[in-house]
Amino acid sequence: MDGINAKYVSKKISKTRWRPVSSSSLQQPDIFATGSWDNEDNSISIWSIGENGVSSMDDEFEGDPQLLCEYKHNGDVLDLQFLDQDRIVTASSTGAVTIFRHHHNSQTLSVSQLWERAHHYPCNNAPCTGVVCNSPEIVTVGEDGRIMLFRADQEGVLRTIEMADSSAIHAVTFLRTTEILTVNSIGQLKLWDFRQPGNEPSQILSLTGDRVPLHCVDRHPNQQHIVATGGQDGMLCIWDVRQGNMPISLMEAHTSEMWEVHFHPSNPGHLFSCSEDGSLLHWETSSNTDTPSLQGGRNTSIISRSAIAPAGGNQSLINAWLTGDSSKGHLETTHMLPSQMLSVNSLDVLGQCLVCGTDGEAIYVNRYVPI
Amino acid sequence: MEEVDVEPTTTPIPGFDSNQKHLGFVWGPGDILVYETIYKASGGSAGGCPFVHEVRKDEDIYSPILRKLFNESHHIFVGLQRIREDLPMYHVSSLELIWNLCEVLFIDAAPAGSLVLHLLDWVRLHKADVDEKAREVLASESPAEHQAYWDVVISYVLQGRMDEARQVLVKQAALQPAARVMFKLLDNLLMKMPIFNPGETQTLTEFDVKWRHWREEVDHCLQDQSFASNRHLEDICKILVGDEDVLLEYKELLSTWYHFLVTRLLFSHPTVKPTELHYYAQVLTTTLYMIQKPLDSILLAAFEFDIHQVIKDCSIALNNWWFVGHLTDLLDHCKLLQSHNLHFGSNLREFLLLEYASGLFTHHSLWQLAVDYFDHCPEFGRVYLELQIERVPLDTERKALKVIRICEQRQMTEQVRSICKIMAKKALRNNRLGSALSWSIRAKDAAFATLISERFLQDYCAKGTFSDLDLIDNLGPAMLLSDRLTFLGKYREFHRLYGEKRFSDAAKLLLSLMTAKIAPHSFWMTLLTDALPLLEQKEVIFSADQTHELMFCLEELTSGKSVPTPDRPMQVLGYTPPYPLSNVCFPFNLLIHCFIICSNLYSCLARG
Repeated sequence: MDGINAKYVSKKISKTRWRPVSSSSLQQPDIFATGSWDNEDNSISIWSIGENGVSSMDDEFEGDPQLLCEYKHNGDVLDLQFLDQDRIVTASSTGAVTIFRHHHNSQTLSVSQLWERAHHYPCNNAPCTGVVCNSPEIVTVGEDGRIMLFRADQEGVLRTIEMADSSAIHAVTFLRTTEILTVNSIGQLKLWDFRQPGNEPSQILSLTGDRVPLHCVDRHPNQQHIVATGGQDGMLCIWDVRQGNMPISLMEAHTSEMWEVHFHPSNPGHLFSCSEDGSLLHWETSSNTDTPSLQGGRNTSIISRSAIAPAGGNQSLINAWLTGDSSKGHLETTHMLPSQMLSVNSLDVLGQCLVCGTDGEAIYVNRYVPI
Repeated sequence: MEEVDVEPTTTPIPGFDSNQKHLGFVWGPGDILVYETIYKASGGSAGGCPFVHEVRKDEDIYSPILRKLFNESHHIFVGLQRIREDLPMYHVSSLELIWNLCEVLFIDAAPAGSLVLHLLDWVRLHKADVDEKAREVLASESPAEHQAYWDVVISYVLQGRMDEARQVLVKQAALQPAARVMFKLLDNLLMKMPIFNPGETQTLTEFDVKWRHWREEVDHCLQDQSFASNRHLEDICKILVGDEDVLLEYKELLSTWYHFLVTRLLFSHPTVKPTELHYYAQVLTTTLYMIQKPLDSILLAAFEFDIHQVIKDCSIALNNWWFVGHLTDLLDHCKLLQSHNLHFGSNLREFLLLEYASGLFTHHSLWQLAVDYFDHCPEFGRVYLELQIERVPLDTERKALKVIRICEQRQMTEQVRSICKIMAKKALRNNRLGSALSWSIRAKDAAFATLISERFLQDYCAKGTFSDLDLIDNLGPAMLLSDRLTFLGKYREFHRLYGEKRFSDAAKLLLSLMTAKIAPHSFWMTLLTDALPLLEQKEVIFSADQTHELMFCLEELTSGKSVPTPDRPMQVLGYTPPYPLSNVCFPFNLLIHCFIICSNLYSCLARG
């Protein structure tokens, strides 16, 4: 747990996201954005951990996040994504979708575009719970069970999928450029193909057991059919969307809701999850070593169950995810934060840097994640 | 105990004239709601005022700086309940002052000898301006001629920092080579001042002897007029023997009575015992300095080792219970608080923590911290939590989930149920049947699941189709939560089977829905009507036994009860009646008709 310090920020953090670095440069990320929730005045903030941060009197730690700028946000920030280097999209509990522009020269934020009632019920607003971008397209989902498609710099709505879901949709991710995956509060994964007209999903997957609400979903960066989800019971599920309608493996991860799960974008043998129980887990598959790699921090053994054997797939790393045990590879988990914490609501990992935000009104940054 | 300790503060309400009007009020959990009544001083009634004022007691809770404090201390508090942790340093100076003094006197409980040294440390910690001034002086062109030069030297002496004093004195000595002997003499005295070292094997008595011996030497120098030519050096010498008049002259440099106290003790009674402290403190405060601020009385109470008075004074002086709650908790852990039972049963520590946590609960965001505090109040914590947690406003599903998780972890099933019901009702109002069902499953609320199923069935009867097929088709084991829900799932399955033309399976399912008593009686008519197209098929679908069962059901339905007419149109299953029917008997006659046809058919078959 070296290199991780708490920064108390006087508001509960709901989302943290690194600003993307260009793939050509080998730089580590140095700017991240956070969104707050449950405050009378919520805000989105931009922080820096690099040398271009402004140093202040009471922060002596090297790499301590410095606040660059902040902007008021109506409602809780339920999701946040960088559209590109300058723009951030947020999903609000008021049902609004907002694009903020970060002006680098003056270090200020301004509202660039706003869809105020993107998600709503007949009489009131409905929280917008998830947003995902593939510039310039933006897809949002909400508690009203709608899927909305927008285009940045274009007013109005590109497409609405009405009544996509009878329960609240909690998260969305792109599977391919024209396909998205949503998860909802009755434990279903739904695939949507934008090339098809109509309001029906092209596929529905769910567990045969209890319908546990799912809260997060992430796609493997290289293998587009491998998807990880986490839900109310804290179990990590790995799915292969091509085959069957059941997860490939289930692993016990957390003791309460898993809020976010992320494959590492460039080292997908590593996966990170965070939970209401206050823990942040680093999952690592290593198929080539005989001895387990030491991570420091607290190691826990994981219990995994394979639902069915994977069909085909000869990459050992993929097999390690799919089987979840050490027959073809080795799976190890590490706790990355000190214990006795309030909920870790969000995490993001890029390069060797990890940032997460908690209900204890603190941000943690780790710049030396062993990957 | 009934008298008022301090004058209560008055808070003026803007726009309110207390001579003319009366105020009404009602207590809230952390604040008061105040409104103007229609009473008028000069009789009659006045027009009403449309405003309701919210008077908040605790402003601190909204300060961003203090929020960091609350979060950090919460983290530490939780840790402390398991093991004793290092005490944190807080960034608020008066609180720090009180806290550090309590550490020295109560927690570390320094004995005679070390006591003065610890108190000196405490004073030095809170008088950082000396070092600043010294830096300024030493950085100047000619330090010895700087106007603050002697202030710096004397301040160092007053704080017992002899080495630093000597270093600065050297500058002056360099300027006055003629007085070199005098400076050397003072330097020597300063260097030789005995400091008690608790680590050594030296006993208190031995130290005392050594110290008196040194003091005599200093006194001797004074009597000898060795420093007569330099007033400052003479003053220093007088300070060293504890001359009170000279100390008084430097009241400004000492600035506070507790600095004065500690300095005086250093030079007059370095072996003072903890139990003697209060005497010296009292003398000081009654004769030399006036106790003005609440801070002073708190510190005085600490010097008197009256822990309860410290806590009491802190409670009155400070805006919220944060400081007092944590201090009391710490003292309690060190077993320093007698179980001071209050009138309503809980002890002092718990009372203060409950007050603090209740205050946190009124905050829109800090309520989560309060939960842990309630957890560690064994007598009333749970009850307080149960009452407060239901009042947290639930704007989003995510927040509701967090609140429910807190309740579930503490086996507060009533609260879980109630919150799930609120969310389910909200979802129902917005026609989000899937969400409503999801909440009922979480609460294991069979009654609500039944309600939702009824809604589905009503929708079906009204529109002729099922809404939210993605939900009903994929109910899974949740179906078993309530009979009505099971029926809904199975009924939908029947429709699916019919649509796939698997008529015999459909028929079997339909029959089982009635015979297994899963279907509500009110729906039997609909089910029997659904059976009609199957009866009318060319191919025989219902076996003889099954037909008899159907007739039995029909009989049961009609015996002694009025037959409910179904609302839904008959076109649903693609069935159009081949002949006109009267309203009253429809489709009762039809059914009887069909059954008779069929049983004739069978009788024919049986005979043939």
